[in-house]
Amino acid sequence: MKVSAITALGLITLGMQSAQAASLDIKITNLTQAIYYTPILIAAHSDENHLFESGMTASTELQMMAEGGNIAGLSSMLESYSADKVENPAQGLLAPAQSTMAMLETSEGNNMLSITAMMLPTNDGFVGLDSWKIPTEAGTYTILLNAYDAGTEANNELILEGSGAPGMLGIPAAPGMDTGMSGSSVTNEETNTMIHIHRGNLGDDDIEGGKSDLNNTVHRWLNPVAKVTVTVK
Amino acid sequence: MLNKKSLLLPLLGFALLGCGGDDNKDEMVTPVEPPAPAPMYSFEVTVSNLTYAQPLSPIGIALHKEGNFWQLGQTASVELETLAESGDNSGLLGLDIVNTSISDIAPLGPGNSISLTITTEDMMDAKLSLVSMMVNTNDGFSGLNAIDVSALEVGSQLNFKTRAYDSGTEANTEASGSIPGPADMGEGFNALRDDVDFVAVHPGVVSNDDGLTQSILSYAHKFDNPLMGVSITRIQ
Repeated sequence: MKVSAITALGLITLGMQSAQAASLDIKITNLTQAIYYTPILIAAHSDENHLFESGMTASTELQMMAEGGNIAGLSSMLESYSADKVENPAQGLLAPAQSTMAMLETSEGNNMLSITAMMLPTNDGFVGLDSWKIPTEAGTYTILLNAYDAGTEANNELILEGSGAPGMLGIPAAPGMDTGMSGSSVTNEETNTMIHIHRGNLGDDDIEGGKSDLNNTVHRWLNPVAKVTVTVK
Repeated sequence: MLNKKSLLLPLLGFALLGCGGDDNKDEMVTPVEPPAPAPMYSFEVTVSNLTYAQPLSPIGIALHKEGNFWQLGQTASVELETLAESGDNSGLLGLDIVNTSISDIAPLGPGNSISLTITTEDMMDAKLSLVSMMVNTNDGFSGLNAIDVSALEVGSQLNFKTRAYDSGTEANTEASGSIPGPADMGEGFNALRDDVDFVAVHPGVVSNDDGLTQSILSYAHKFDNPLMGVSITRIQ
């Protein structure tokens, strides 16, 4: 009796392990017409951890990513969480309407999927997925992602070289090379300092002035801004 | 026991012998009934225009087995460009991949709904696509892209909310004369491609009220996702 009880327990434990560790194929598509994504960070972590949470203050690590596209801080944070991760699957920028693929092997207990990447050109906008529960059933699942604002920088919409450093006001780059210049600034304050759904770029129709360096017919977007297809194998 | 007729059908004859059913032999050789007419499969598609002031060009629906009317990130076909710039769906519905199609005759106004029924004899691998232009835009469209309906049971329903796409074939100038809808009554299709030349999710219209000086559109023409509610019900 004792032996069979232990065997049964062993089988149950094995069953739970196979249900919790997963092998995932992940495809991320930039749905926008003119917004670029900086290096993408994909993570599987426990339900106690987050890369970001809407309604909460951004961590310094998230701020580095959202203002300058630097995922080194978030990546170290994930190591301290014993998370599984894929860094920079697109090997650089993910251009508008383009896709990238990644494979992620998750460890037991890391049953939540999160994704972040900065959106260019924005001040501190990012595309994000916070803690999507990875299904235990094999299959293909589609998730649509929204644009968030880290709440750490005023959306002045001025292109300024070097402004990707945390706390330095400005948009660090516009990879599409389709922006204006000499704007006077849309705003110099960010009254909502919590992570929130991005209100979108304003832009204007004056390439050599106006309030914004962004073009209002080019650099706006509507949600969703990304599509993620997860295949649980 | 074998007669002349069963010699003509030796396999059937052996099968009957195997069953040991001599009595049924005459029935087996009686002429077969002419084949019943092929079964018809019908889908009722109900579309709601969820926008404030974007009439949708006549809804076009197609059943096909393969292919797509559009693919994100890919260049639009001339047929898609025509739909997205003018609202004319005849090119897309006339593509070789389309097995059967139906189009509404009038635009679908904001707040309105329409039901169209599409019928086919062939359910194998059936995909349903639906297209319409937001007519108060330069080249915005919405729809469904190759939805698999082959396994839909009679009485079952699929429900969707559609997104706005931009065909990428005409810059979103919103300028007077460039928009075919009632806001402008301007130009529809123009073969010139002066935009990114790939399909993406639409960035929305800016409008004159929101800072695009040359725009013929007002705040009223702005929209957000979703654009349409669509239900597909298999009715036969």
